[in-house]
Formats: sequence, C-alpha cells, structure tokens
Amino acid sequence: MAGRSPALAWTLAAVVVAAGVIPILIPSMATLVVLILAKGIVVLGIIILLQAGQVSFGHAMFFAAGAYTAGFWGKYLGVGDLVAYLVVGTVVATILGLLVGLFVVRYREIFFGMLNLAFSMVLWSLLEKMFHLTNGADGMRVPRPTVFGMVFSPENFQYVLLYLTLAIAIAATFAVQRFLESPTGNMLRAIKSNETRLEYLGVSARRILLIGYVVSAALGGIGGVLVAVAQQIATPEFAYWTKSGEFVFIAILGGVGNAMGAFAGSAVFELVRFYASAQLANSWQLILGVVLIAIILFAPDGLIGLWKRQRAARDES
Amino acid sequence: MKRTGKTLKLLAGVSLLLGVLGAPATAQDKPKELKIGITTFLSGPAAVFGEPGKAAAEMIAADINKKGGIGGVPVALSFVDEGAGGEALVSNYRRLVQDEKVDATFASISSGSCNQLVPLAEDLKMLNFMWDCGAASILEAKKYRYSFRSQANATPEMLAVLIYLLKTKPNFKTIAVVNQDYAWGRESWEIFSTALKQMKPDVQVVAELFPKFGAPDYSTEVSRLMALRPDVVFTTSWGGDLDTLVRQAGQRGLLQQSTFVLAIGESSVQRLGKDLPEGLIIGARGDHWFMHPEKKSDAAFKAFNEAFKAKTGRWPIYPVYHMAQAFAALQGAYDKAIKANGGKWPTREQVVDAAPNLEFVGFGRPVKLRAEDNQGLEAQLVGVSKKADGFDHMVLDNMMIFDAAKITAPAGQKSVEWLKTLKPDFAKMDVPVFQHGK
Amino acid sequence: MCGGRHGSPVPDLTSKLRVLMNSTLFVLASLDGLSYAALVFLVSVGLSLIFGVLRVVNVAHGSLYAFGAYLAATLSLLVTPISPWLTYPALLVASLVIGIVAGGLIERLLLSRVYGREEVLQLLITFAVFMIMDNLQRMIWGVQPIYAAEPLKLLPNVSIFGVSYTSYQVIVLPVVAVLALFGLRYFLRRTLMGSVILAVTEDREAATAIGINAQRVYLITFIIGATLAALGGALASPTTSLVPGMGTEMIVLSFAVAATAGLGQIEGTAITALAIGMARAFVIYLQPEFEVLVPYLIMVAVLLVRPEGLFGATKLRKI
Repeated sequence: MAGRSPALAWTLAAVVVAAGVIPILIPSMATLVVLILAKGIVVLGIIILLQAGQVSFGHAMFFAAGAYTAGFWGKYLGVGDLVAYLVVGTVVATILGLLVGLFVVRYREIFFGMLNLAFSMVLWSLLEKMFHLTNGADGMRVPRPTVFGMVFSPENFQYVLLYLTLAIAIAATFAVQRFLESPTGNMLRAIKSNETRLEYLGVSARRILLIGYVVSAALGGIGGVLVAVAQQIATPEFAYWTKSGEFVFIAILGGVGNAMGAFAGSAVFELVRFYASAQLANSWQLILGVVLIAIILFAPDGLIGLWKRQRAARDES
Repeated sequence: MKRTGKTLKLLAGVSLLLGVLGAPATAQDKPKELKIGITTFLSGPAAVFGEPGKAAAEMIAADINKKGGIGGVPVALSFVDEGAGGEALVSNYRRLVQDEKVDATFASISSGSCNQLVPLAEDLKMLNFMWDCGAASILEAKKYRYSFRSQANATPEMLAVLIYLLKTKPNFKTIAVVNQDYAWGRESWEIFSTALKQMKPDVQVVAELFPKFGAPDYSTEVSRLMALRPDVVFTTSWGGDLDTLVRQAGQRGLLQQSTFVLAIGESSVQRLGKDLPEGLIIGARGDHWFMHPEKKSDAAFKAFNEAFKAKTGRWPIYPVYHMAQAFAALQGAYDKAIKANGGKWPTREQVVDAAPNLEFVGFGRPVKLRAEDNQGLEAQLVGVSKKADGFDHMVLDNMMIFDAAKITAPAGQKSVEWLKTLKPDFAKMDVPVFQHGK
Repeated sequence: MCGGRHGSPVPDLTSKLRVLMNSTLFVLASLDGLSYAALVFLVSVGLSLIFGVLRVVNVAHGSLYAFGAYLAATLSLLVTPISPWLTYPALLVASLVIGIVAGGLIERLLLSRVYGREEVLQLLITFAVFMIMDNLQRMIWGVQPIYAAEPLKLLPNVSIFGVSYTSYQVIVLPVVAVLALFGLRYFLRRTLMGSVILAVTEDREAATAIGINAQRVYLITFIIGATLAALGGALASPTTSLVPGMGTEMIVLSFAVAATAGLGQIEGTAITALAIGMARAFVIYLQPEFEVLVPYLIMVAVLLVRPEGLFGATKLRKI
C-alpha cells in the first residue's frame, strides 16, 4: 500500500476540485459526475475484497439492495429524505452482506466468485419476477427526495446531490485507505499471501474476510442509493452479472493498489461510455473492451499505477 | 452532528447561487434551426422498432426542410440510444436539453424510458412528445405540462383487439395468454382480461404464461398450450420474441389448433413472411397499415411508403407512422403558436400552450391531443392475416377501424377503473369493415 | 405502473402436482426439458472443459455460442437455395470455424499472455472479450432478429400423447448431445492427446515436468471448448430468433450448470444439464413465475452444501 505522499494529496485535491467545478461550468455533467463518484464508492468495496485476493462476480447485489431501498421507500412510504435513504440503504446492504457473507467467506477464489454470482442472480431473478412488488424488469421509480427535510428544485437538487456524493466519496476514500492500512487491512492481505500463517497466529481468516465483505457490501449499498436517486430509477439490471463485472472491470482499470484507483477507473469507464454512446455509433463496449485488455496486458497496476510509473520516470530524468 | 447543519447551509447556498446563474434566457428571434432530440432504440431487442423509427425521422425531417421547414425554420435532429441503459439515457437527455439546447424532444419507445424522461422533461421545462410509449398509467397518474402523447395508449389498443375478437369469434369459451414478462406484457393483459371479464364473463382463462423477456425457447409453453387446447391464445409479444413464439407454435401445429391473437403483430408480419399462416388476428397499435384502406388514394401516403421501402427494404410499420405523428404534432403546435403570436416566432411556453386540443394528421386518421391529460386520441386498426397475390408475406384482411373517442378511457378516469364499468353491449358498437384491396 | 393486482389466483400447488404426476404431462414436460438440456449441456461442457484444463472461467463463452448461432444462420440461409439438406453441414462448418478461428485467436493472442497472472485478470480478460464480441456481433449482423429454421423444417413432426413435437428438438438435439458426451469421453480416455489433457488437468506442474507441451494442450482444449459452445449456438439457431444479447443469458446459465456439476466434470455436467432442463420445464407447468429462478436456486443450494459441485472431487487445501 502506497503511503499518503504529498503528491497524492495534491492529486486528490485536484480531482475533488475538478469534480466540484466542472459540473458548474457544464450543467449536464452534474449527473454524470454523480454516477462516476457513486460507482467509485462501490468499486472501493471491490478493492477491499481484492486485497484478500477474492473477486466477487456478484457484488451488484448490494448495489441493487441500496437502489431498491430507495425504490421501495418511494413506492410504499412516499417521497423520503435522501439522508434516510442513505442510512437505511446502507443498513439493508450491510445486513444482506452479513447474511450472504456468513456463507461465502468459507470459500476462496473461484468458489467464492461462483457463490457470489449465484446469490446475485437469485436476487436478480426475484427482482425481475416479483412483478407486483418490484414492477419487474421496468424497475421502480425513485422520486426526487428531500435533503435534510428541505425540498429542492430539480436544478438545485442535482448540485446538492453532487456535493453530497462528493463529500461521501471523499469520506469513503479516507475511511477505506485507513481500513486497508489498519491491522485488519493487513490481515486481509495476508489471506491472499498466506492464509495458513494467519491461522497459526490465531486469527480467524473467515472473520477477517467477513469484516471486509460486510464493509464492501455497505459501500455497495451507498453507491446503489446514490445511483438510483441520480437516475430516479432502480431496475433489476442493477443486480445482473454484467453489472458486477463492470465493477470488477473498473477496479482493475483504475488499479487495485490504491483507493483513488476506484474513481480514476470509474471516470474513464463512464466517460467512454457516455461519449461513445453519443458520438461513436454505439461502440462503447468495443472501446472499453480494448482499453481493458490493454490495461491488463501492459499496465497491470491500472491507471493509477500507470500514472505513478510515469511520475517515477520523470523524477529520475 | 453539529457539522451537518453547516454543510447543509453551505450546500443550500451553493445551489441557490447556481440556480440564479442558470436561469434560462428567452429568445424570440427566429432561430437558424429547430433542433429536435429523439430517443429511440438503436441497440437491444427493441431496435426492431427504433431503427425504422429513426429512418422515418430522417426522411420526414428532410421532407419538412425541402418544403421550407417549420414556420420557415429548418429542423435538425439528434438521436439518443435508449438501449444503452438508463444511466446513459438520462445523461444524454440532459446533454440534449442543456448543452445542445434542443427545442423539443420525442421521447421515447419504451414506457420505462418515458417513466424516466417525462418527469425530467417537466423539470427541464422541455416540450416533449411521447412518440411511441404505450403505458396508460404515465399520464393517468399525474398531469404534466410539457409532455404530450402523440398516439394512443395501451387501453384503446387492447380494447380494439378484444372487440374485434368478440365480433369475429363470438363463441370462444377458453383463452390463454403468453406475454413477455415486463410492464407492457403485464399491463396489456390486465387491460385485455379486465375488459374481457366485463364483456364476456363466461370465458375461462386456462393459462397465464409470462416467459422471460427475450426468452429463446417456448417449447414448454407450446406443449402446455397444446395439451390445454384453449380456443384462443392471446399475446402482446413483439420483435424477436413474437417471431420465435409464432414459429415454434407454427412448427408444432399450435397455430392451427387455437385462434391466435397477435395484438401488436403488424410489426412482425413482413419479417415472419410465409411462417405466418392465415387467420390470425393482428393489431397495429393505432390505425397503422401500409395499405390503410381509407388512405389508399392518398398520394402523399403512397409516396412515403414507396420511399420508405426504397430506403430500408421494408414497408413501414407502426413506429414509422408514430414518428410521423410526432412530427405532425410538433409542426401543428408551432404553426398554431406562430399564428397566435401574430406571425412572430413563439417562445417555448407559447408552443407548449398551443399543443392542448391540437388536431394533426400523420398517415392515418386525424389525432387529437386531449387537453385534460395531454393524451392523444388515435384510431385503431385490427385485421386478420390473409395470403395475397404479389406479396411474399401475409396482408391484413377484414380490417376494422375503431373510432378513438369510443374506446379511449375518458380523461380523469384510470383505465382499469373505466374498463370495469363496461358492459357486454359495448362490443356491439358499429365499426366499418374493409377488405384487402377493395 | 399498472394499477391493481394482476388476476392470477393463488395457485394450488399440490393439486397441480397431482395433475402432473397422474397424467401424460409428466412425459410432455420431460420432452421439453430434454431438448433444452441438450443445448445447455453442449455449452456448459465446453466451459467446464476449459476450466478443468486452463483454470480460467471463460466469460466470453456465451459470445462464442452467439457467434456460432449467427454464423450458422448466415450459412444456412446461403446454402438453402442450393439444397436445404446442405444446412446440416453448414451448422457443423459454422461451429468449427468459430471454434477454431475465434477460439484460437482468443487463446493465442490474449489468454496465453496471462497464464500465471492473478485469477481476476484472467477472468477479466475474457470479460473484455465478451464486451468486444457483443459489440462486433451487432456490427456484423445488426439488431434485427434473424431466423433460419430450414434444418428443423426438413424433418417431420412426431406426435406424442396427441401433442406434436419437432423431431429436430426431441431427436436430433439429444442425439447430438449424447454423441458429444461419448465423443469427449472417448477422446479424453482413449486417445493420446486426451490423456495428455487429462494429465495436465490432474497436475499441471508434474505434466510439464515430464515434457508435456502445456501451451499446445491449452490451445487445443480451448478450441474444443469454444467449438462446443459454437455448436450449441449453431444447433439452437433453427429453433429460435437470433437477437442481440442471446449470449449474455447463456453464459450465466451454462456457468450455473457447470458450477453445480463441479467444474471440469463432463458426465456430471450432462446429468446436471438434464436435471436443470427438466426442473425448468416442470416449473413452467407448475409455477411459471419461478422459471428464471430455478437454475440459480439450484446452484446456490448445491454450492452451499458442496462447493466443489455435485460431482466435483474434494480439492486438497492449498498451503
């Protein structure tokens, strides 16, 4: 884990300013930046699990849990408050994470991945099939919530949502970075490098992985609430395996060595998709696929790693 | 939690400031062009509607510009793909409105997209014509100012098909449904079955099958229906799903065993070719058929159809005509607003004010935008498949054209509630019948 | 959305179950399950084989299925005017072309560069291939549904308990699946190349130590697996409309089957495909609402009890 170098702190500041200012200059970017940040928060959770060498191809279930919390609230309790959505959405995702986690942390590698996939596909089929509760494949509308009890106009709301998301993203980044540097974080990495030694030390690897899993589920829930509110809808696609794949994709794209990678990856992913679906006759999948292959083959530490390498090369010369 | 209050004030302050900065400017000078943003499916299964819709939009826009544009202003189109997912759709819609500064939008094909974009159009104060989405509930749940539906909704569409069935096969006793499992499939069956229960209470529903949207295989559904032997099989499926269902049922003789009702089958007739047998009841989501019996001598209609066939290789299907209606509605609203404004170029609000009660003609009977709920009143055409010389696919025969006013739920009433007030006599309404080629 | 509750009565499951048991419906449902299971088996067994040897879960497997289907339909439509019977060889040619060309390229150009790297990178590289192939498929074949039912129309229908079935679905598909099963068994157990593949599956290090060219084994295995996926698609093409996204569904389904059976288990995959196919058909008769849920529910249940799958051998713990 790279320490917090001043250069990184400056980059962080620059990114925060960019995320905060660009949407003011280009209003239509506001929602896009919210989506980038919200997905970045989810990917933070993927990065935590990757520290332990475990890849979940079903993480979208927690994302969907958060999103559908907002959807159900809107349908059955009327318009709620964003803060309440976030709190309840996180709690729901955390509980789901604990329940599923109790089962999946017993397994490693491909079995861990498969079981996660299976659980998420069960959730997907339920959301899709329980038409009378969830409105099926069309998804549930998420009406624009109040924020701290205040009602905002549509234009103002997107900025409130943006800055709130930005604040959560910053807080989550620091929290995850600290978590990874904490003793628990170190033990999490030990699961990947040498699980047996961990057990010799009297530490339950399952418990450590469960902690990581629940934290990552909570992050998934937060991201899900934010995306659902930004798009005003939650659909079963949120739980589909391709969504889970996207999150892992973004993590690898950005680089898993550092929490900042989540947002770098997310920004590239969403921007490519946005511009390519608008300008390039719908070839965003092709472009993203090629970018991903290039990253895996030529820049194994992701975008952040690429950037660091370049800096290092420059410092040397 | 003292800091939350502070953050809150800061947030509120920033957003207020932004609100002031972002106040829209009003321009009444005649613009260089009239920009229209269109959402349509260019990927995914619903591209079977989206691509013909897009081709139609390009043809119609070129035609309008050749004739001098709308109020003397040429139109320019931008398309957004509904198939790229909700995230991209919402972001792109905002981009159209806020960056590209379009003057009007046509959104969308899917009711899911309409559910997302109609409230957004309201937020952005954007004139929008819901050009193809069918869910009645969108406009029944809430009154919108900026969105209008330039076509019918699922209620009259299903009701027309049902009355046709009751008129042509009055003695059926059992029915089964095979619909795609999403809002359209569920909602259309709810409308159809509610009305059926009112008009012919003795009919027994023997199976309700909702296979997954995009299901590749209906073998089990077909076997089950072959064993149950219902008199009528009803489906509102479309696209690849409908093609697969019809072919798999046809290969095993189910189409001969039961009377099939393809409620929006008009869009599959040409693709299915000879795999579609005679005698199936076919609806068209409006009075749409490239050989519309009341329009056959209309030169513009024939020229458009020929041009469309030359461009795409297929005759137009209903989304093509729905697109034409959206353009006709837009043109009508602008013309009316310009007139009301003393010949000067109108503001967006003036155009929006002109749309209620507007009557316009696409390529069918005239359509009226009802002022109370912005719902379009569109006639419905239903027919039965029949072989005809000179075509390598079925044509429609024994066509009935239903008057929109008679079969649309009155303004202010929810469709399902209204359907529950219908009586068996309702199906006895007078409807003109047309034979193919006559 | 739609207002009130939709009108299906709460189903009385026990009475339905009785109907199913007491009548010909049982046979009918089994026949439906059979043709579906045959296709699912072909795709799953390819996935399973690739995992068994390369230790890579091939996410692009569904795309190979879709490409096989599209190419088969294209070739079928081309040869039909000459003679409709040529469509059968066309199906076979299409699967071989996709398996050898697309499969070979994926293994040589991409996978071979990431062996020994982290598992997640191997998985993701196939995910990238999936995205690219999904996009290419739209570019090549467009988005309008394609249908080429000639092979199916050539053969007569058979009537079973008064219900008509196409012999393509109840005879051809299961026969091909059984042939594929026995062919694979024979290949793996009775030929030199097969034994080499098995040796690499059992113990990669030891196999390389005794001089086996693992590179070649990987390439051949991947091509065989890809061909099976494409064959599944080619055989499916006469029965269904080809539409964008068809591979996305197939991959998770075949993954569920392969994982439930135990990755690398060939006979197990056949039995599981049959079980899941049957279960799906029965569910459509009894409780159609749960059709989509069935395979995943089975997968969760099995994996919770036996993570190595129903037929998988218990793996020794890695130190």
